[in-house]
Amino acid sequence: MSLYQVQKFLYNLNRDEKLQSIFHEDKYSVLSSYDLSAEEYSALDDGDIGLLYVLGVNGQILMHYAAYLHIEWFDYLQLMRDGVDKHGSVRAGIYAMAGDGVELTSAYALGDSGEPA
Amino acid sequence: MSLVYVGILSHAPGITGRAHLATNELVRDQFYDCLRRQAEEIKQSSAEVLIVIAAEHFANFFMDNMPAYCMGVGEKHSGPIEDSEWLKIDKTSIPGSPVVAHKILKSVMQSVDLAYSEEWQCDHGIMVPLHFLTPNYDMPVIPCNINCQGPPLTPLSRVWQFGQALRQACDEQDEKIAIVGTGGISHWPATPDSGKINEEWDREFLSHLMQQNKEKLLSYVDEEIYRDAGQGGFEIRTLIAAAAAAGGQGELQFYSAELPIFAVGCTVANFDVST
Repeated sequence: MSLYQVQKFLYNLNRDEKLQSIFHEDKYSVLSSYDLSAEEYSALDDGDIGLLYVLGVNGQILMHYAAYLHIEWFDYLQLMRDGVDKHGSVRAGIYAMAGDGVELTSAYALGDSGEPA
Repeated sequence: MSLVYVGILSHAPGITGRAHLATNELVRDQFYDCLRRQAEEIKQSSAEVLIVIAAEHFANFFMDNMPAYCMGVGEKHSGPIEDSEWLKIDKTSIPGSPVVAHKILKSVMQSVDLAYSEEWQCDHGIMVPLHFLTPNYDMPVIPCNINCQGPPLTPLSRVWQFGQALRQACDEQDEKIAIVGTGGISHWPATPDSGKINEEWDREFLSHLMQQNKEKLLSYVDEEIYRDAGQGGFEIRTLIAAAAAAGGQGELQFYSAELPIFAVGCTVANFDVST
């Protein structure tokens, strides 16, 4: 796993409009310059927010990537929940600190209004 | 004494970016009113420079080179790094205060290793506070970030030392200086738990903070903070630094956990500046 490389790519993409433009035209040329596993490459190639969250991408990076993909806020939150349901608990990074990603992320949910469900 | 004001406030991006989605408009507007009163307090203090102690969330630094503390010393700063429509704050240039910043930097470095940057970029962590406190961007700002996202994080005892060093540095200046610390208390920003707020934890922390209870404030442990207050709770560092700089008792002017769409317990407070 190379979470560092995934986050580094997203960090660069989030802040560089020129890179965003290149990535939009040719994902391969951009992603191939990072040392990514096949799963990581696929998650970035597909814009798979749920898997990226499970891989451990920090939300302060991931939420900007979601905005870049024009994903609305509540959809962004749901995609992360779906990712945990599909792939299991967060595997690395700051959210794996407690070692209970599934319990942590499924114990609380928001309704459409943003109020606790 | 050139430190003329110290306060704290929340900075979550939803405060501006998702304002239209707040269902509790009454509380939302009370919060906004309190932020505007804080702006007026800073104006009334005759402050000439505003230091913003904020949380680094990958606006300026990544884990290839992550300073524990960093100050923006350039002539101007840019922001927000986020999409303007997403944050509902236009991209702009914010005046810096390079002469004062360098003097403060040099002083603080006598006791805390403070990194510096001539090319500071502001994310929501600074832009949201400035949106309310200096909406015309006509006040020189010295941004100062504490790493609150990429562990290992600076110990709270060091944070206190940093706040005190900042205070001493301000007292050495001729210019009148205001400080605001901006961070969340308990919150789980940008995660599936976004909107969760541990009000009991928040109120206990704020009580310690307002009372300058140094022993209690420095007894928090990151693993317990994560468990009870989320990864956003690590940002208490910015609030503790502000309290240490002030030295005097705090007054909690606003707290509400009733705006989960902002994904943070919304907070405004000020401190007496000790003599």
